[in-house]
Amino acid sequence: MLNFFKHKKYPNFWKEYLKTFKTKQSKNINTTRFIVFDTETTGLDLVKDRILSIGAIIVIDNTLDVSDSFELYLKQDEFNAVTVEIHGILKVGKLIKYNENEALEKFINYIGNSVLVAHHTAFDIEMINAALKRMNLPKLKNKSIDTGILYKKLENKKDNHFNLDVLCKEFNIPKHDRHTASGDAYITALLFLKIISKLKKERTVHYSDLFRNQNSKGLL
Amino acid sequence: MKNTIAERIFDFLKDFPPFDVLNKEQLFKISSNVKVIYIENESFVFKQTEAPHESFYVVKDGAIGLYRTMENDQILVDICDEGDIFGLRPLVQNDNYLMSAKATEESILYAISVEILKEIIQTNDKVNKFLIASFSTNIKTPYAQQNYGQLFANEEIIQANNTGLSDIQTAQYSKNPISCSKTTTIKEAAIIMSTKRVGSILIVENKNPIGIITDKDLRLKIATGLISISEKVSEIMSSPVITFPEKITIAEAQIAMIKHKITHLCITKDGTPNSELIGLLSEHDIVVLHGNNPSVLIKELKRAKNVNTLKYIREKTSNLLTGYIDQKIPIVFISNIISEITNAITIKAIELSIEEMETQPPVKFGWLALGSQGRKEQLLITDQDNALVFEDVPKEKYEETKTYFLKLSKIITEKLNAVGYEYCPADMMASNPKWCLSLSEWKNQFNTWVTKPTEKAIMMCTIFFDYNLVYGDAKLVDKMSESIFKSINSFEIFLNFLGRNALINPPPLGFFRQFLVENNGEHKDQFDIKSRALMPIIDAARLISLSHNLKGENNTISRFQKIIQVEPQNKDLYLSCIDAFKIVLRFRTEQGIKNNDSGRYIDLNTLTKSEKLRLKGCFKPIKDIQDMLNIRYNLSQMM
Repeated sequence: MLNFFKHKKYPNFWKEYLKTFKTKQSKNINTTRFIVFDTETTGLDLVKDRILSIGAIIVIDNTLDVSDSFELYLKQDEFNAVTVEIHGILKVGKLIKYNENEALEKFINYIGNSVLVAHHTAFDIEMINAALKRMNLPKLKNKSIDTGILYKKLENKKDNHFNLDVLCKEFNIPKHDRHTASGDAYITALLFLKIISKLKKERTVHYSDLFRNQNSKGLL
Repeated sequence: MKNTIAERIFDFLKDFPPFDVLNKEQLFKISSNVKVIYIENESFVFKQTEAPHESFYVVKDGAIGLYRTMENDQILVDICDEGDIFGLRPLVQNDNYLMSAKATEESILYAISVEILKEIIQTNDKVNKFLIASFSTNIKTPYAQQNYGQLFANEEIIQANNTGLSDIQTAQYSKNPISCSKTTTIKEAAIIMSTKRVGSILIVENKNPIGIITDKDLRLKIATGLISISEKVSEIMSSPVITFPEKITIAEAQIAMIKHKITHLCITKDGTPNSELIGLLSEHDIVVLHGNNPSVLIKELKRAKNVNTLKYIREKTSNLLTGYIDQKIPIVFISNIISEITNAITIKAIELSIEEMETQPPVKFGWLALGSQGRKEQLLITDQDNALVFEDVPKEKYEETKTYFLKLSKIITEKLNAVGYEYCPADMMASNPKWCLSLSEWKNQFNTWVTKPTEKAIMMCTIFFDYNLVYGDAKLVDKMSESIFKSINSFEIFLNFLGRNALINPPPLGFFRQFLVENNGEHKDQFDIKSRALMPIIDAARLISLSHNLKGENNTISRFQKIIQVEPQNKDLYLSCIDAFKIVLRFRTEQGIKNNDSGRYIDLNTLTKSEKLRLKGCFKPIKDIQDMLNIRYNLSQMM
């Protein structure tokens, strides 16, 4: 009942977002619309820190469509000078920036019911959820895949835990534009495809195999 | 809106043809609409007889094999790797795929919509030409229908990518230069110069520049008392003046100043002396901009008193060359400047040598640079190739005269050796009695080579025909040239022999577009860029210009430019040869600088993919021109 009341107050974009989940989704790896994304944030604290930028790219049938990629920078009140060194985004820069509400609305419109993919998804999704909460909205409803966890499904990788840099090296992915949301999203997308390809060589891979293990809590 | 991924794709594509000729907006449009495709090993991109996709493909990483199914066999026709394009022809020609494309290792492809390309073809002529060239290649080699690797790099592009370079920047000239009319007295002119604190004054008539007076004129002609200060400026002005349009680049200005041995250029409205004066460009203006200046080097050369100074300047020239190559200055400018300096060094060495002789030369003579120096294509320091021609003398004087010139030549070659130009291992130097001859002896020698074209004679011709007078009497050399053309005209089959020689080295590409490397000897597995890429073009240019009686040009690029005037119908082919020549020459120079050697042998493993691609692109014109020579001189029957 509580849900029902809340629903009424949701902004239109969120209603549209919810609608997308009513259509039946593909259960085939080759026809599923994956959105590989990454966020750059002011830090790792879900409460205090803020999203600086979101980069994302669509993957369908082993193909990344650059014309349909997403790259957006957020205005910020919180500013953590320490992380500027990593992501290079200044508080007042030349980039066009959106406030958090506008940015999230654009992102939600973009993703729809796609399956979200990220390296260490849990963190990125929680950052988004934290932002949604500030807008009095519920959490994301999308299914998600963590390339870090997907990697562990490969033979003899069970106990390994690697960051994106190490995996790029192993999978021979050039590390361009590391630590920009778009650059990392692009790299992660290639990593995602390469891991699946490798998994397929080892065994038959079903759609459901891609998703997180129930017992795994991920990074957080 | 910022698009990091598209920018990265842009950075990759911009190095490869035909994308390298697109302007920034065009390429960015393509880049932001790319689809990035991941292809697992052994998977197909498309299959033979399939209808064409909407996109063609560029290999980003990995390798794609193109296969043709014949009967039940799959024949590997080509392998595309980084930067190669495939699957384009069927899209443009609306045809089904003639081959299958399958990944031979896991690969990443950029798929580019043909619609976007079509738009660009309409507006970008260079891309259009590139595509036509690609398709025409395929007609000749039916097995390589999708072989777009033989692409066409272009010297212009190298230039275009490097704006902001001082030498191809437009030179900043002084506007509103100080001027006076030709009826002004010298005294008045000198007063104007002092009050305006300038070192030169232009003399104008109806706003057009007709002459110039510099401090030097006042010093040499007035202060010495030769001419009175009450005379008109027209008495002492240097006239006419050298004029250029306002778009003159620094490199052009430098070359003009070196060539005309002047220090000031007038800038006029339309670049001719018959238009309004708008500015003055002095050597000083350039030196201010440009510390390491070739004309400064030439000046130092003129003052040089000994070999050590020459050696020092020669070394400075090498630095200049390295800098120019790094900055990607157009190769024609570089070779002009370097040959001017090399010539100036040689002239000075000759002057110093004559001073050392007890007597002045008994008769007129000419010092000839041969081979690459003769063609003004010598960039790196290579060995000396030179010869000497002296005026005919009565029989009884011959021995004495020859002894004199041999002695002089020996001193000159020693000096050049000390400067850094090593002795020619084949002893093709004026100090060799065989190459220090009187005019009639040379005429006979050339006539013998032409009428008895043994293999050795032909080789000699390829070296000696490219002579250039560095020092001495031009008339002597003109007579020699006339005689050569006479010999050739009376024995035309000689050209066929020369033609056969030009085809000895076919372009160095194998069936699968791999480079052909040397099979044996010291340079096994290396690529001989001189004999396999440079010489075929040089030989072709020499042959064709001889066949048209084109005198006075030895430089390969100038030869082709003259040939184009005679054979406008083959303009495209010759232009492509000029381009290829420029690229290969630059390449050899870069390699020579990098490895500190002659740059002749290149280890393919040290080349980047785009270097290989650029080099490969030069081989198509080589093949085309060899095909043409083959037909024109009916050479297949002679082989």
